[in-house]
Amino acid sequence: MKKANLYVLWNKYAKYFIMVLSLCMICIGVGRGEAEVVLKKAVNICLECIGIG
Amino acid sequence: MDKNAKKNHILRRTVQVLSAMLTNIHISGFFKGKIYIGKSKMLCVPGMNCYSCPGAAGACPIGAMQAVLGSRKYGFSFYVVGFLCLLGVLFGRFICGWLCLFGLIQDLLYKIPVPKITVNKKLDHYLRYLKYVILAVFVLGMPMFLVDQYGISAPYFCKLICPVGTLEGGIPLVLLNKPLRDTIGFLFGWKFFILVLILAASMFIYRPFCKYICPLGAFYSLFNKVSFVRIHMEENSCIHCGKCAKACKMGVDICKEQNDRECIRCGDCVNACPTQTLSMWGIPKKG
Repeated sequence: MKKANLYVLWNKYAKYFIMVLSLCMICIGVGRGEAEVVLKKAVNICLECIGIG
Repeated sequence: MDKNAKKNHILRRTVQVLSAMLTNIHISGFFKGKIYIGKSKMLCVPGMNCYSCPGAAGACPIGAMQAVLGSRKYGFSFYVVGFLCLLGVLFGRFICGWLCLFGLIQDLLYKIPVPKITVNKKLDHYLRYLKYVILAVFVLGMPMFLVDQYGISAPYFCKLICPVGTLEGGIPLVLLNKPLRDTIGFLFGWKFFILVLILAASMFIYRPFCKYICPLGAFYSLFNKVSFVRIHMEENSCIHCGKCAKACKMGVDICKEQNDRECIRCGDCVNACPTQTLSMWGIPKKG
């Protein structure tokens, strides 16, 4: 019974929990400077991606 | 095709084309053979779209993930994983069906009137897991652990498999730049072969890249059961006619599982349902 209740609760609120968690992760990532790494990679031609490097 | 189905089909195609245009809005890049270098490239786009495409205005999430994982400084990418989780929980694989440029290309190729192939059910079942293996090995595992002496690794999925990079980045840039043209070798040939194979297969099999290879689709599929955009079913009004399962080109029996990992929310099942049992966004279909 308890397990079933937990499952229903998870189904109902999982999306909100994941959404908040995702936003926190994005903030942590930006704080760590990951966005700059992405930008640096994306503004230079990625030779591996195009099949040359 | 009835009126509602036609309307949904036109709407989906319009959204797909608009999304493709928006993510590749740097049109002048196609004439100059140069890529866009603005700050918007810090942001990931929702679908597969190579950041080395001359038109790309954003970053490819799979490429971005490998770039961060493969850098010396970070062992994990909170930024890209968080971004993908957010998109996943909001849309699930709706992104594959409505917002991905490579999905649109495969959709159009499937329209070519050639005999269609139905993959053996057992083989199809096992092949669907291949995309998870590709995600785990080429996108996450290899960039994390296969590093050089400086602690840097290559984006292995992009380098060895991704046909999107070859189509959107490789071919236009090589055609427009002589120095790049002079450096192509075996790797370009290999990637070109994969691209041709997938494009050819797309004429006979519906979305083979999405079904069997795409690591981004694999990631989003994990959120299909909890995403905000989902298929709803009024169980009481279902007459079990099987029309929805027959209409689904991704091979999902929506009556058994409304939010199957393979469902790309294209809406074909909703349009095929004669009793308006199924609906997308939770809004019942108008009769």
